[in-house]
Amino acid sequence: MMNDYDVVIIGGGPAGMAAALSARKTGAEKVLIIERDRELGGILQQCIHNGFGLHRFKEELTGPGYAGRYIKMVQADPSIDVLLDTMVLDVEQDKIIYAVNPKQGMLTIQAKAVIFTMGCRERTRGAIRIAGGRAAGVFTAGAAQRMVNMEGFLPGKKIVILGSGDIGLIMARRLTLEGAKVQAVLELMPYSNGLTRNVVQCLEDFDIPLHLSHTIVKVHGKERVTGVTCAKVDENRAVIPGSEFDIECDCLLLSVGLIPENELSRTIDLAMDSLTSGPIVDQFRQTSLPGFFAAGNVVHVHDLVDFVSQEGEIAGNAAAKYALGQLPKAQRVVDIEATGGVRTVVPQHLSITPESPESVRLFMRVGKPEQRITLVIESAGKMLYTRKLAVAKPGEMIVVELPADKVCECTNKITVSLVK
Amino acid sequence: MEQVKRRLSCIVCPMSCQGEVTLENGSVTGITGFTCPRGEKYAREEVVAPKRTLTTTVRISGAQLPLLPVISKTALPKDKVVDCARFLSNIRVQAPVKEGDVVCADILGLGVDIVAARDLL
Repeated sequence: MMNDYDVVIIGGGPAGMAAALSARKTGAEKVLIIERDRELGGILQQCIHNGFGLHRFKEELTGPGYAGRYIKMVQADPSIDVLLDTMVLDVEQDKIIYAVNPKQGMLTIQAKAVIFTMGCRERTRGAIRIAGGRAAGVFTAGAAQRMVNMEGFLPGKKIVILGSGDIGLIMARRLTLEGAKVQAVLELMPYSNGLTRNVVQCLEDFDIPLHLSHTIVKVHGKERVTGVTCAKVDENRAVIPGSEFDIECDCLLLSVGLIPENELSRTIDLAMDSLTSGPIVDQFRQTSLPGFFAAGNVVHVHDLVDFVSQEGEIAGNAAAKYALGQLPKAQRVVDIEATGGVRTVVPQHLSITPESPESVRLFMRVGKPEQRITLVIESAGKMLYTRKLAVAKPGEMIVVELPADKVCECTNKITVSLVK
Repeated sequence: MEQVKRRLSCIVCPMSCQGEVTLENGSVTGITGFTCPRGEKYAREEVVAPKRTLTTTVRISGAQLPLLPVISKTALPKDKVVDCARFLSNIRVQAPVKEGDVVCADILGLGVDIVAARDLL
């Protein structure tokens, strides 16, 4: 019976560790975290910049610092088993997990509840179809981050970065500090999706040019990248002919978006949200398949690790209750729909249970930048919540706490929208 | 009298106000465009004595990884950040290291310690 667990968590990053601790706190006796890397912590271990944990720990930590605090808590609990260097190959709907590692070979694990916390991965060159040959020197920004911050390699000496999300901006500074020359950052949209703080401290501090409404139309070089051709794009993101110019470089980094990593979710046919690219979940982070939960970037890409940990706690708590037979069945399900300027909302529905209801946090993202607008949450013509927003950006998630009494009032579909 | 105007984007909140600071002989004589007192305070400091926290890596021997992430204990003068990063690129430490261990005391005489950002055994 060695491989029987109450709760098995797939992915040992911030969501997985928080889920494990929370499952234990709720009463799960045997908890297992399966992690494919050589240590816990996930992507935090390569994010050596600071700014993590202001909400959770009330101080500005580095990524490894934030991870370290959770790793110590996990290690202090002898009832949380951790399998490192272990890859999950398959999951079955009856909660049997097949995994493999170099020491034990194939493993078969039976869980009462499963939590998916696999995080996300980066979009690659294939996803954005840039023309050119197969010259070496094209990397995703996160892969370069791991090389520079953990493995001790510099991916290039003259760098161009496509995409101005936070990872791209942070890598611009990081490579500059390591002695590389960052020639330019290019952004397809007319605005940066990164925090203003990062635009200022990662680009302006080092006089790195940011070209908004620009893209790369060709990568040059045979064996190694020798340069890129850039061009301006119009409001429909179509290249403006005649606007092309070349930048010399030996390395192109792509910071062009993140995709939740849901291969396992698809093998068991979980219902998916096509906009978040993650499984559809209720407020307990339970997916469409009872006993399977999901939290963190595998559900939707977050901006702040603090919220990832929080989501892990929600899923851990609910998964433990499920494993112990204590998670109440939903009396009815109320869908939540994002409309009118709001692009995504998580959770996508509420499971209304007979137990005394709790308040629910909604995480939303807008489709494009807006100023001076009102966020409206309503159900069947009844206003549940409004908030005036001075500014709303796609890069910054909006978080709203829906009070318990409003939650249990809902019978019809809830809509969230932006009103001018 | 030398008058200099500097444009700045505020980083205090998501509003990201664009403002302008006027300097005469090195002291601030006017601030426009920022919509709150916190923004004006940021702009004043940013123009007179900008500071930044440095995060980088140093080499480590005898650990599972070849690099140890490090952080400046407090912010450094902005114009010294690159010099400090260059200086740290020549430092090598020996494992085991605990988070918070001083890797380089009083870097470049600036009165700031550089400490390990994680345990590395």
